[in-house]
Amino acid sequence: MKRNNFGYFFREGLGSIFSHGFMSFASVCVIVACLIIMGSFTLLVLNVNNMIEKWESENQVVAFVDEELSDAEARALETKLEAIENVSDAVFVSRDDAFAKYLSEFDEDENELFADLEPTVLRHRYMIYLDDIEYMAETQKRIEEVDGIAKVNAHLEISEGFVSISRVVGIVSLTIILVLLIVSMFIMANTIKLTTFDRREEIAIMRLVGATNGFIRWPFVFEGLLLGLFGSLVAFLLQWGIYEFVVVQIERSTTMRIIETLSFGQIALPLLGVFVATGFIVGIGGSLTVIRKYLKV
Amino acid sequence: MVRMTNVCKAYENGTKALKGITATIEDGEFVFLVGPSGSGKSTIIKLLTGEIAPTVGSIHVNGYDLEKIKPSQLPYLRRTIGVVFQDFRLIANKTVYENVAFAMRVIGASNKEIKRRVPYVLELVGLDTRTRRKPEELSGGEQQRVAIARALVNNPKLIIADEPTGNLDPARSLEIMMLLERINKLGTTVLVVTHEKELVNRFSKRVIAIDGGRVVSDGMDGYYSYEAK
Repeated sequence: MKRNNFGYFFREGLGSIFSHGFMSFASVCVIVACLIIMGSFTLLVLNVNNMIEKWESENQVVAFVDEELSDAEARALETKLEAIENVSDAVFVSRDDAFAKYLSEFDEDENELFADLEPTVLRHRYMIYLDDIEYMAETQKRIEEVDGIAKVNAHLEISEGFVSISRVVGIVSLTIILVLLIVSMFIMANTIKLTTFDRREEIAIMRLVGATNGFIRWPFVFEGLLLGLFGSLVAFLLQWGIYEFVVVQIERSTTMRIIETLSFGQIALPLLGVFVATGFIVGIGGSLTVIRKYLKV
Repeated sequence: MVRMTNVCKAYENGTKALKGITATIEDGEFVFLVGPSGSGKSTIIKLLTGEIAPTVGSIHVNGYDLEKIKPSQLPYLRRTIGVVFQDFRLIANKTVYENVAFAMRVIGASNKEIKRRVPYVLELVGLDTRTRRKPEELSGGEQQRVAIARALVNNPKLIIADEPTGNLDPARSLEIMMLLERINKLGTTVLVVTHEKELVNRFSKRVIAIDGGRVVSDGMDGYYSYEAK
């Protein structure tokens, strides 16, 4: 592409957006609508994953130390436990600490009931955190194999539940995002088809006077690109507003306050990248698909 | 130069539009192509501009062999031909100047070339005072002059005018024909497709008459002589 022509293609693409104002408006609306729907599902997935990760981290395995072991021997197990694959952290809790925590769960009056109990009724224990709870069963077996560990408690059913939720949300959202991407490309292509249909005389004249296919194509590519990028930026700003609104509503609600949301700042840049890339692909892809039809002769 | 040798064209629906056309138009000639509706005139224009390919026969236009031409070469063939239509085919949202400059721009001409050439061509067709007008602000004759300027601006070897006076009154038709004659005198080959008998006979030019897809007469004796046969 000659530098002289670049300016021409850009001006023609931009000029066409304004001279076909209604069609351009329709194209931008289609892009904005599709991107906001896709963006909303993406944000839903990110927030669900964030919550599941948080719940996962709280769902630890408890390993009880054999009461025959001395305090020093019990504490020495930490290195062995942390060496096990999939164990991210092993925190020692002495029987005294465990007893105090147990008592703290009751009111002072109820504590009287345990007044004659000694901490020695409990075992030293380790709170073990995993990298991936999907492999909780295998990790539990390995912990049980460590000498000095008497018993291991792991909530396998909860970990399996989290894994299932995560998978279902991921698959459903990915499917919806892919379907919407295809739908938006299809609608964008149809919108650009109307624009090119409106300009078929112009294309015919260009061919007639000897314009090459490349030259005919470029202004349409620029038009699609500019519409796509503009649509994606508008969609990003609207998405931002919608997300902040929803977050405020969740925080205000007494029933939904349990839901922990990501701040928009944490996800703004990747989301902007995805929006711009999608606008770019949809805009250029849509215009190239359609213009090919007019360049056959 | 245009040379058609035994050209036949049958469309997919079975219509045989041309049945062995042989004709040569030398550089610098002014030729009328006449014939009734459905005689094959439009098919000949489409063949000469490479829009369709002949079923049988060979066509040479301005040094291009249309039997062997590659799709990528078609734009370069078309740059040697200027085409004028009955319905003008101007871009409504561009001014007179922009419509003509557009034809240069789309073949990659520089701004400098455009600024030099467009005013010259607009003066040649008598529109140098109407450059800022949009097509809708012009009369039919003026619009056709813009179309001729656009066809002429890339300095083609051949101008094909397809019923250029079909939408014009007799006075404007005569003006357009005289303009084409003037362009021809400057060295451009001109092929005018028409069925306006009076107009053809006002100019002593070569007339190729076709009917039923065949050349039925070719000579300097005009349109009426063909009808008399």
